[in-house]
Amino acid sequence: MRLTLIALAPLAGFLLNGLLGQRLGKTFVSVVGCALPLAAFALTLAAVVELESRGAPIVEVVYTWAVIGGVEFEIAFYFDRLTAVMALVVTGVGSLIHIYSTGYMHEDRSYARYFAYLNLFLFFMLVLVLGRSLLVKFVGWEGVGLASYLLIGFWFQDEDKAAAGKKAFIVNRIGDAGFLLGMFLLYTLTGTLDVDRINAAFAEPTPQMLALASTAGVLLFIGACGKSAQIPLHVWLPDAMAGPTPVSALIHAATMVTAGVYLVARLSGLYDSAPAASAVVAGVGVATALLAATIAVVQTDIKKVLAYSTVSQLGLMFVAAGVGAYAVAIFHVVTHAFFKACLFLGAGSVIHALSGEQDVRKMGGLARRIPITFVTFAVATAAIAGIPPLAGFYSKDAILWYSFASSAGGSTVLWALASATALLTSFYMFRLLWLTFFGRSRMSAEVEHHVHESPLSMTGVLAPLALLSAIGGFIAVPQFLGAQWPLPAILEARAPFYWPLIGLAVAIGFGGLALAAFFYAGDGARAARVQERFGALHRLLSAKYYVDEFYERTLHQPLLWLSDRVFLGLGDRRLLDGSLDGLAAFAVRVAGQLGRIQTGNLQLYLLLAMIGLVGALAWGLRHV
Amino acid sequence: MDRLQLLLLLSFAMFTLGMVGLAIRRDLLVVLMCLELALNGVLLSLVVFAQQADIAAGAVLVFLVFVVAAAEIAIAIPIVLLMVRHKRTLDVGAFSDLRG
Repeated sequence: MRLTLIALAPLAGFLLNGLLGQRLGKTFVSVVGCALPLAAFALTLAAVVELESRGAPIVEVVYTWAVIGGVEFEIAFYFDRLTAVMALVVTGVGSLIHIYSTGYMHEDRSYARYFAYLNLFLFFMLVLVLGRSLLVKFVGWEGVGLASYLLIGFWFQDEDKAAAGKKAFIVNRIGDAGFLLGMFLLYTLTGTLDVDRINAAFAEPTPQMLALASTAGVLLFIGACGKSAQIPLHVWLPDAMAGPTPVSALIHAATMVTAGVYLVARLSGLYDSAPAASAVVAGVGVATALLAATIAVVQTDIKKVLAYSTVSQLGLMFVAAGVGAYAVAIFHVVTHAFFKACLFLGAGSVIHALSGEQDVRKMGGLARRIPITFVTFAVATAAIAGIPPLAGFYSKDAILWYSFASSAGGSTVLWALASATALLTSFYMFRLLWLTFFGRSRMSAEVEHHVHESPLSMTGVLAPLALLSAIGGFIAVPQFLGAQWPLPAILEARAPFYWPLIGLAVAIGFGGLALAAFFYAGDGARAARVQERFGALHRLLSAKYYVDEFYERTLHQPLLWLSDRVFLGLGDRRLLDGSLDGLAAFAVRVAGQLGRIQTGNLQLYLLLAMIGLVGALAWGLRHV
Repeated sequence: MDRLQLLLLLSFAMFTLGMVGLAIRRDLLVVLMCLELALNGVLLSLVVFAQQADIAAGAVLVFLVFVVAAAEIAIAIPIVLLMVRHKRTLDVGAFSDLRG
């Protein structure tokens, strides 16, 4: 019952806010919208206590969904340590962001609708996390997609924002097709959809299962790619920044986009038996990480930088999952949730202070004006950049180490690319910090006049998140998960490199800081010179490698042409409408000819009737 | 050829005349007369066959049909009158308003 309540609490919030919120006013909406996620958090904590005391996963069957040929499909919740970590992050960070939203969205007309959607998202996310069967997870998976769509297009009066919502939804559909196919294949292989049973089945695989494990793994990873914005389905996440900033923090940084990583970790049994699929996961992950990081270097919209940073960090998580270090991937999910939520909410606070300005070229010198935002943002920046001893350092270093030394696919190339990503991450994050908070102000006088620190509801959330970003690395997630998800063995030849690589990781963190300080100190003239020198490269990066344009040319336009010319023009207009119109026109023509007989002349009718009669008689005489 | 055969031939001639008249005459009143002619031709054949088969009921039936025909004409004449008032002509061609 407890697990069900965890999921139902936000659903109740959705119903209350959605049905009554508009009538009962903002206080009611705020209380309901924040109290129920907090209740879910408390229930999750209680569930964790119970889990630890009994030592075995909690399984709770809610309802038998369908019985088909003796096979039962249940709605059941499953709570083990991995679920516990994810659920704590989702409800904990989720609750904080709900509280932050009461300040950020306070002036919005659709306040109740916003909280209803946010609660709905939390409900579906918890279904996704808690679900025992892939089928239940899929419901949550689609549900968070829906909530994401609704919240990206929250200000749907703006055409661009509505389009961004649609883009996210449609790109996710492609991934969902992969998820479904993978699910079907797993069912035929193992005869069950429950994740724990699937993992158990892969512990003693049949030859057929081994042969098809990689296919299933890759198909499910396509689903993960859609949700977690990996190449080639990464294009929706940067556009998703059209939504309100707390939404970007909750859905598009801390929780929903990590669902793909969670899925891979959840099905670790499958991926352990499918080295090829794991290699794909790691390869796509590292490619995404590096490319997104290079794009982030030149972005000028504060939220876009963070969006590409999120894509890049998700890539790193997949690298960890791909080399078998699932616990490390989840560790990074946790620390990333802390510092990226803090960064997004900090960015929200900056945007709030600047009356909606998002372009870093029009910021600068904000450190003294909004000190709380600055300090929290700086801590989170240092955390993501991997400055020890902050949270990001531990998780990222673990990823780098396993990408190098894991016996389940670690390689020097993987490590080198991941390290390059780490360096770029540190560089672009400190660049963002510099452009936003240091140097001379580039704001217009009007904007500068209105600069103000955000209300307590916002800064009060930034502080705990910054604290977690600072000390989150000491939460021993890999050890906590270690019993169930042992870390992969280390290649013996590479074991001695452990300490040198840590030294290098520290150097990378500070190196990025030094580079950013060097280029952007003062008025950023050095950066401008570099930009001029490598103009073509800068354009390529600013245009995000022309991926959107590429899809536009190769997918969108041909599809549009096909739909317009072939399906609409030929199929619908000519074939369907044409055949019906043709039949009607034929009837009209024939009727016109026949109508000429109807002269209205009675005598002609009589004559014809007589001729007919005579004909009938003659025929009768001959044949009877 | 006995008399009954002759009468049958006469009835056939009357019917044919009536039908041809119906088909080709333009005058509405003449058309009505031709209609009566055709009807009477048919009735004559009815009487002949009744005689031939020696069924008295046949002769009775003829009188009944006469009554019906008279009633029919009693309705037909006023209709013709109204039509003629409407169009001021007796030409049947003028009444082809239901042309397709």
